[in-house]
Amino acid sequence: MPLKHIAVVAAGLSQPSSTRLLADRLAEATVRSLAEHGDQVEVTVVELRDLAHDITDNLLTGFPSPALDTAITAVTSADGVIAVTPVFTASYSGLFKSFFDVIDKDSLSGTPVLIGATAGTARHSMVLDFALRPLFSYLRAVVAPFGVFAASEDWGSGDETTTTLPDRVARAGAQFADLVSGHSTARDDAFDGVVPFEEQLRRLSADS
Amino acid sequence: MENKSGMQFGVFSVGDITTDPTTGITPTEHERLKAMITIAKHAEEVGLDVFAAGEHHNPPFVNSSTTTLLAMIAAQTEKLLLSTATALITTNDPVKIAEDYALLQHITDGRIDLTLGRGNTGPVYPWFGKDIRQGINLAIENYALLHRLWTEEVVDWKGHFRTPLQGFTATPRPLDDVAPFVWHGSIRSTEIAEQAAYYGDGFFANHIFWPASHTAQMVKLYRERFEHYGHGTAAQAIVGLGGQVFMAKNSQDAVKQFRPYFDNAPVYGHGPSMEDFTAQTPLTVGSPQEVIDRTLGFRDYVGDYQRQLFLIDHAGLPLKTVLEQLDLLGSEVVPVLRREFAVGRPSDVPDAPTHSSQVAKRDAALAVSAL
Repeated sequence: MPLKHIAVVAAGLSQPSSTRLLADRLAEATVRSLAEHGDQVEVTVVELRDLAHDITDNLLTGFPSPALDTAITAVTSADGVIAVTPVFTASYSGLFKSFFDVIDKDSLSGTPVLIGATAGTARHSMVLDFALRPLFSYLRAVVAPFGVFAASEDWGSGDETTTTLPDRVARAGAQFADLVSGHSTARDDAFDGVVPFEEQLRRLSADS
Repeated sequence: MENKSGMQFGVFSVGDITTDPTTGITPTEHERLKAMITIAKHAEEVGLDVFAAGEHHNPPFVNSSTTTLLAMIAAQTEKLLLSTATALITTNDPVKIAEDYALLQHITDGRIDLTLGRGNTGPVYPWFGKDIRQGINLAIENYALLHRLWTEEVVDWKGHFRTPLQGFTATPRPLDDVAPFVWHGSIRSTEIAEQAAYYGDGFFANHIFWPASHTAQMVKLYRERFEHYGHGTAAQAIVGLGGQVFMAKNSQDAVKQFRPYFDNAPVYGHGPSMEDFTAQTPLTVGSPQEVIDRTLGFRDYVGDYQRQLFLIDHAGLPLKTVLEQLDLLGSEVVPVLRREFAVGRPSDVPDAPTHSSQVAKRDAALAVSAL
């Protein structure tokens, strides 16, 4: 059975956090759908709250601490990333953005990403499409069309006449699992495949 | 022989003007420039081998004209080898670098070499009419020209980044017709390690701002490619390292004295704790013995190397403190490093390059080709 690595990035700050709750539901739905594909799954959860100081230090020094480095490697080497943020001031949280700021801009290229967001009211639901989706598009990730937004009321509402949060989570997980099942991440080591110097010189002279 | 290890030890100065966080005193540009000269002279007095100066074209840095500064220092020293940390190969005209440093090489009787770098301030590129996206290409093309200007008498040349040259001779010619030795400096660009290997030049790893594991990978790449290009074995490649230390006789005093400078330092201040940063990078704050132990450990991950430079005069440290650091380096640290680095050093690992060693190398190559 192929083994798929899923990294879950949760940017919730409170404890317990509804952002983490949504992230866990999405991970669970993904694992269930991948199992139907015949894929084994290993899930790594990255709680950004635990790395908040390390992320700030990386912004200041330019390199990650060992703990942050481990988290970054888990995310950039994953076959799929579930990224969930609370909505702060009309967008993703600063901590969420800072984490993706310290990751190399090419290191999520081609990776399937499932986006999720939480907020107090449904009036923020477009944040998935005006904030998270462009962020991951810039990183050239493959953003699953189905993202999940959960307002506070979603955790206690719904009947047979509406699409409930668990329904949306299940559909998002199934669609994301399709993407992950057909993808496997292989990242080049920066120290392998160095461009030979003659090639560098040739590139410069070719169009002179 | 005093220098049994074949290594050179010295200091490099970024030339920053930073307010001393413990006194609020900010040196003037004039004071800082004079302090750099005093530091260099004292480096020779305490028995160090090398002083290198950074080049910048924006405040809060003072040295924009390295050959002027180094010429003044050369006039007041006897043996000290003078270098750059770095000279900007991207935004300077390679023709001017060829001429300025060849002239400096003559008037110092060969007591110079260069470390080339790409700089740390984005706007310097447009200020000098260059495009930062071409940073690596500028480093490659400009050095290719510089190399030819120093090794070929008459150069016809055409490239992307400067006006063509027809029948051009850079003057003066290098001393004894041997170009100044060149180190290529880089923190993270593998292309620069490749460039250094291609020419058989030295590779200087910044080794201050990034974890040792990163430096180890860069040096390994350079060594492998040096061998690939036929300049010798990987172990014979010419490696220099930066490093950053603050010492007091007693370790706790060093920590106490340096902490306010660390916490407010321009590059990493207000970020990680000094304890985290010393654990994650080669910075060592402690007794001379701790500095000796840590520095000797560098060899474990880069192999036997040729040059070790320390950064000791930044972050607002007053001149008096810097001179005391030099006293400790010269009296307690470097003599032990020379002795200990010599232990187990294979005889085929080259000594650090000097003008006379470069002349000898050239003569040996000529003798072989004459056979």
